[in-house]
Amino acid sequence: MKLTLAALATTMMVASPALADLIVPNMSYRTGPYAANGIPYADGFADYFTLLNERDGGIGGQLVQVPECETAYNTEKGVECYESLRGQSPLVLNPLSTGITYQLIPRITQDGIPLYTPGYGRTSAKNGAVFEWVFNAPANYWDGASVAVKHILDQEGGDLSGKKIALVYHNSAYGKEPIRTLEELSQKHGFELSLLPVDAPGQEQKSQWLQIRRDRPDYVIMYAWGVMNQVAIQEAVNIRFPMDKFIGIWWSGSENDVRAAGAGADGYKALTFHGVGRDYPLYDDLQQYVYDAGKAAGAGDQAGSVLYSRGAYSALVIAEAIAKAQELAGTSEITPAQMRDGFEALEITAERMAELGLPDFGAPIALSCENHGGDGLARVQQWSASEASWSLITDFIEPDAEILDPLIAEDSANYAAEAGIQTRCE
Amino acid sequence: MIYREAGDFKTSYRDDSQTFPIRLDRWGYYAILAVAFGIIPFVINDYWANAVMVPFLIYAIAALGLNILTGYAGQVSLGTGGFMAVGAYAVYKLMTSFPDVNIVIHILLAGGITAAVGVLFGLPSLRIKGFYLAVATLAAQFFLVWLFNKVPWFYNYSASGQITAPTRTVFDQAVTGPAASAPAKYLICLVFAFVLAWVARNLTRGSLGRKWMAIRDMDIAAEIIGVNPLRAKLSAFAVSSFFVGVAGALLFAVYLGAAEVGEAFGINKSFLVLFMIIIGGLGSIFGSFAGAAFMVLMPVLLKNFLVGSMGWPTDLAAHIELMIVGALIVTFLIVEPHGLARLWRLAKDKLRLWPFPH
Amino acid sequence: MDQFIFGLEVVMNGLMTGVMYALVALGFVLIFKASGVFNYAQGVMALFAALTLVGIQNGQVPFAHLINAVFGTQLHHFGWTVPAVLAIALTALVMVGLAFVIEKLVLQHLVGQEPIILFMATIGLAYFLEGLGDVMWGADIKTLDVGLPQGISDPIEEITANWFGYGFFIDRLDLWATLIAAMLVAALVAFAQYTKQGRAMRAVADDHQAAMSVGISLRFIWVMVWSIAGFVALVAGIMWGTKSGVQFSLSLIALKALPVLMLGGFTSIPGAIVGGLIIGVGEKLFEFSIGPMVGGATENWFAYVLALIFLVFRPQGLFGERIIERV
Repeated sequence: MKLTLAALATTMMVASPALADLIVPNMSYRTGPYAANGIPYADGFADYFTLLNERDGGIGGQLVQVPECETAYNTEKGVECYESLRGQSPLVLNPLSTGITYQLIPRITQDGIPLYTPGYGRTSAKNGAVFEWVFNAPANYWDGASVAVKHILDQEGGDLSGKKIALVYHNSAYGKEPIRTLEELSQKHGFELSLLPVDAPGQEQKSQWLQIRRDRPDYVIMYAWGVMNQVAIQEAVNIRFPMDKFIGIWWSGSENDVRAAGAGADGYKALTFHGVGRDYPLYDDLQQYVYDAGKAAGAGDQAGSVLYSRGAYSALVIAEAIAKAQELAGTSEITPAQMRDGFEALEITAERMAELGLPDFGAPIALSCENHGGDGLARVQQWSASEASWSLITDFIEPDAEILDPLIAEDSANYAAEAGIQTRCE
Repeated sequence: MIYREAGDFKTSYRDDSQTFPIRLDRWGYYAILAVAFGIIPFVINDYWANAVMVPFLIYAIAALGLNILTGYAGQVSLGTGGFMAVGAYAVYKLMTSFPDVNIVIHILLAGGITAAVGVLFGLPSLRIKGFYLAVATLAAQFFLVWLFNKVPWFYNYSASGQITAPTRTVFDQAVTGPAASAPAKYLICLVFAFVLAWVARNLTRGSLGRKWMAIRDMDIAAEIIGVNPLRAKLSAFAVSSFFVGVAGALLFAVYLGAAEVGEAFGINKSFLVLFMIIIGGLGSIFGSFAGAAFMVLMPVLLKNFLVGSMGWPTDLAAHIELMIVGALIVTFLIVEPHGLARLWRLAKDKLRLWPFPH
Repeated sequence: MDQFIFGLEVVMNGLMTGVMYALVALGFVLIFKASGVFNYAQGVMALFAALTLVGIQNGQVPFAHLINAVFGTQLHHFGWTVPAVLAIALTALVMVGLAFVIEKLVLQHLVGQEPIILFMATIGLAYFLEGLGDVMWGADIKTLDVGLPQGISDPIEEITANWFGYGFFIDRLDLWATLIAAMLVAALVAFAQYTKQGRAMRAVADDHQAAMSVGISLRFIWVMVWSIAGFVALVAGIMWGTKSGVQFSLSLIALKALPVLMLGGFTSIPGAIVGGLIIGVGEKLFEFSIGPMVGGATENWFAYVLALIFLVFRPQGLFGERIIERV
């Protein structure tokens, strides 16, 4: 026993990075039940920073180090990763799991390390007055629910009274997130909401889809992850549910999810808060500095896919926040606290996106002390089976702040009371 | 000469039936306790506490619990994850409903509640045996997880169904919540592990433990010699579930800090604890600790070695890690099917006779 | 009346789903019957078989990721595709090889151990195979297409629409699965009844020692049974993988087979089929009738509770051999 401990201690001494670099860990999952989704995201995240290092020599003259830690989407491994990464003094963490996010929120608040959870995690963390260290721009789960309903409103000419919308969701913390929002929205717009939970992993969903076939809802919204996506889309194809009335959240809208269903999945819609495909100038640079140089992460075959784009986009937001923090702090060697200030002063305009080689890729982001979640804009993409690609079919849609703001205020106030947090930003 | 019985005279039955009859073993035991209580708390850092020691101690408690049921009483259970969830949700409800009561009392109460639930799900064991029972306990596993996910009262109606442990103190030291220090977390788990291991050891060598073992070895024969199978089996379920409930409460409140039932207490947890007792050794207190150490330390060790020292990509390392753990389990079973505890005992027997072969 | 018709549709689909469960359970029963091993790795074997099938079909280079990491090469594909039938045959060969290796490296060393030890060894095996599958073929989702049709069956919908005024939904894949399962069971029964090896297999299942004393090679029988179980896993992997793509969660279908086993008995092939049908119909009907009242997603636990209730009345399962205990 003691021998093992000693051996372990020595192995753990070995991996200590140079201190001067900027540390942005990549908490990835390339194994386990959600590996297929974790791989492209992690690749995109790593490749973007590799590009910055190779092309610009890092950010503000400082190289960015991206130590990778495998969480396997497992909360306990997530804790282990957090503890081992914390020793390397990271600037920001992006755990890519709602479960791990919930676990880390109290810890990072205590330790003063920013947490960046784009499109997942705790929705009410948008309220920076309560969640000092958590950022979830550009959009969160409730934004997604609202944007989906707005898109349906557009389709139906602005009137949803008497319509039926079904929510098919992963029966977990993540899947349950949009329920409150949708309930509020159903009161406001007068549609009928039905809830269809699917237990993880979701390999077998016949009951739910038979019910959809019987009830014939006008639209189906889906919050799924992993294999549940593929099976749901296949079952929807099987019952001939009109695919253009089937809208997934952004975690239900990758190539992985639709490919297995073949031609039947044509027309399936999903939300997204960023562009897709390789049709951006940035990819020229990525090709030159990263792919051709043999420095691509993973197998290097994911470029341009939805989740790869999302990984790269979250890296981009982090990189911009680092640059902002360096500008504010007047030094290139920033601390996590300065990183938080950088996030709170973050402003990414449409011009800046074009400058970065990604014109019209993401909506403009402007954060502040109170607003850690941006404006929540998202757009709708549609799958074309014949071309095997996603195309963006709407412009960025704004969520219904009238519904969401009170919900966020309520939930964050509950958390503040429960955890004894003083609100800030006055 | 080391490790000899010679010169170690026993003058009473009490001495003769003590847990560590050999002097060196006794000293070793006291030395380990002294290090665990007297030295580690002062040197432990966050990584060691949160990634290694705390989970090790908590899983050791769970393994003790399952070992009582499976190793001593012979009732194979795959419901451990579900029972841990009962402990976790019980302690969460108690912590938030009665914030002024000491957390230690809450944890013990959570164990008690789990014991009651365990007895309920233990009832089928009176008719169902062996693998059929193992699979039947999965009913408890899936039903309990579903229940905690479905009924909002259990998670205080929070939006997402996650439960988060508020800060609670023991002797003015925070042991739960984000402010808890590494030594405080370590010590509370250590105290529970120590006391429960002591209880388990003494229960299993008393009359109750003998009844359990009689049931395990052959229940019909045990019944004929006057062991009441109803009481023996249900008491095993109760005691075992108490341990498992305490482990679940600690896992949620001290170790994880926040939990979601399907993720933290899923079927994988049941299998993990079962692996621990089989690798450690069925029917052995030491085995419960050894098995927990193996299953907690091995992945961390392999990961740090393959990724940290060898610089392999994390995914490859994770896949190879799976293969190595699998191969190690099989190898262990081939070399010593009765687990690390038997290996340890054989080593000790060899040592006693050394340098003679017999 | 509507409820009745809907219920009927649910029952039909439950039966079909039950067949899919039974396909997985069948592999467990085969191995348990012949060697007394509760093979936890059956689900992972299905995943491994499906991964191998897709890998061979698409001409993937096995261990490409490992080779690339070690030698810095850029290998991915051989650049050919293999027709489905040939790929299935090759995969079946791989599964036979796997059975051989398992017998040689694991089972042979554990002869005569307690059931729980053997069970544990298969858990180690499951870990190993999971890692091996990932290292060999990669962890991304693969589309499995061997030409099985999917989607609603039009004739059935039409006919039922004429009869009941409501067209039933039956998945064509499920129909095929039923057909294939029926053929598989018929072939297995014929094999067990009419061939020398099959009779030897039954002899081993009845009594190891007696079988050995009449000159039956236990090792051969084990390799054979594990090979057959590997083939059954391949069939199950194809059926489930066609619907969801081939990825990690495929190994979790084993959890769906356990209540089927409890119900049907660990030692009975007809038990696996009947158990599968009962579980399939039971869980679908419960979700249909009671599910909406309690919030849904009941299927996972209901299967187990149903099996548990059966077991309380019949502790050895529906078709299991009666347990006779003597002191």
